[in-house]
Amino acid sequence: MSAISVRGLRKSYGALEAVRGVDFEVQVGEVFGLLGPNGAGKTTTVEILEGYRKRDAGEVEVLGVDPARAGGAWRDRIGVVLQSSAMYQTLSVTEHLRLFAGYYSKPRPVDEVVELVGLGQKRDELVRRLSGGQRRRLDLGLALVGDPELIFLDEPTTGFDPHARRQAWETLRSLRSLGKTIVLTTHYLDEADRLCDRVAVLREGEIVAAGPPSQLSATLPATEIRYRENGREVVLETDAPTRVLNELTAKALAENRELEGLVVTRPTLEDVYLQLTGGEIDEEVG
Amino acid sequence: MRLFRHELKSELLLYVRSRELAFFTFLFPIILFVLLGSSYGNDRIKSEGNVRGANFLEAGMIGYGAISIAFAGLAIVLVLRRESGVLKRLRATPLPAPAYIVALLSSFLAAFAVEVLAIVVLGRLLFSIGAPDRIGSLVLILLLGAVSFAGLGIGLTALIRSAEGASAVVNAIYLPMAFISGAFFSSHSFPAFLRWIAAALPLTYFLRIVRGVMLHGHEIWMYPGSLAMIAAWGVLGVVLAIRGFRWEPVEAG
Repeated sequence: MSAISVRGLRKSYGALEAVRGVDFEVQVGEVFGLLGPNGAGKTTTVEILEGYRKRDAGEVEVLGVDPARAGGAWRDRIGVVLQSSAMYQTLSVTEHLRLFAGYYSKPRPVDEVVELVGLGQKRDELVRRLSGGQRRRLDLGLALVGDPELIFLDEPTTGFDPHARRQAWETLRSLRSLGKTIVLTTHYLDEADRLCDRVAVLREGEIVAAGPPSQLSATLPATEIRYRENGREVVLETDAPTRVLNELTAKALAENRELEGLVVTRPTLEDVYLQLTGGEIDEEVG
Repeated sequence: MRLFRHELKSELLLYVRSRELAFFTFLFPIILFVLLGSSYGNDRIKSEGNVRGANFLEAGMIGYGAISIAFAGLAIVLVLRRESGVLKRLRATPLPAPAYIVALLSSFLAAFAVEVLAIVVLGRLLFSIGAPDRIGSLVLILLLGAVSFAGLGIGLTALIRSAEGASAVVNAIYLPMAFISGAFFSSHSFPAFLRWIAAALPLTYFLRIVRGVMLHGHEIWMYPGSLAMIAAWGVLGVVLAIRGFRWEPVEAG
């Protein structure tokens, strides 16, 4: 069963075509990632799915409803984390969660959400005294407090330190195990690799590749074999790693020498991404 | 209705928590009332039918409080919430837009009601001003005025493009308006050009009715022309608001 279905989606801002004919489906219970550099159309696509923007063309269904015409009953089933956190500075963590819980018909208990996003120590702290990462986690909590079926996350861990990112990943994994459908945008490839069941790579408003992360990396043929010989670095790229490795090691064994620093690597999602998007990985902190 | 009640409760909490806003828009009229009342409260104002200064000022500070809270405070809060992205975030929740706007408006009207009570009680304690007797007319004109100023405040947010600009633009409008319309001093001694400007401002007509009701025991329907001016400005604000209201920060396009 599909939670989201997008067909021929188009959106322009004036002369700029931000989204140029995008198709994809997201199944119920799936974690789906939209990958791409800044300006590729990720946020525009997600904001159309969230009901913020009107599309110029195409068909969109989210939980069986057209988001452009959706109302409160539909929003009751959806959680949203926008690209930048916005909240009332003068409320505490739990007050904030209670405020948002009141908007939904069957909210999760606030205490449970506080623990889920790891803010137990900060539950009575005012928002203005939270760090950037803590605000981002509270933002995630606000998206979860309505116990939504479907959660949109626009760059949920941008600006996090590595420890906070891992914590956020744990939270998202626990959501998946609860059967929630998750759509996230990211420009962190390891994030997509670890979290997503499937990803779509956007470039200049078009999907240039889609599939499970492991399958995407399989589209690049070469496996890379590296070792050192007489102090020189040797790099081999091959479609037949088993045979090449066998020959290499047989020869080394026969000559009774060690292949120093031997490394065999499959192409990563990052390699695929770099090839597809023309080499831009943005390090921008949003 | 459940959502409206929930939002109203939340807005009241947010109002009480917003200290800077509460000071400038809520406490300032009360402080000015005490200060100005202490300076000319016992003088008689000849040009205003020989009323006592304190009584004249009390009505003036209620008018000042109305634009301070319902116009200035509401406009600043809305721009700050819009530019920080809070309004956009709220749009993703099941809270209906009308419930949100009405709850926000109601919280500011409640703050204004407390303000009026505080001014009347202080007037009684400090300057021995009698309690107003035309309560029905007074409540009606205060409500009409506050709603109209709130409409103008919401309309004005359409013209303010950044959070930094909010206080500057709002102060540049409502402080001179309070002065020119005669909230602080009788406008009879003002030069002619100021009185021409005053003749166009809604606060002038609001003060005329409030003073008529509080100082002279008039009823609200004795001022049909002034009522029409206040309502017309309110409608203008609502039209501006409907045409130009944004949920998203201006910069986000």
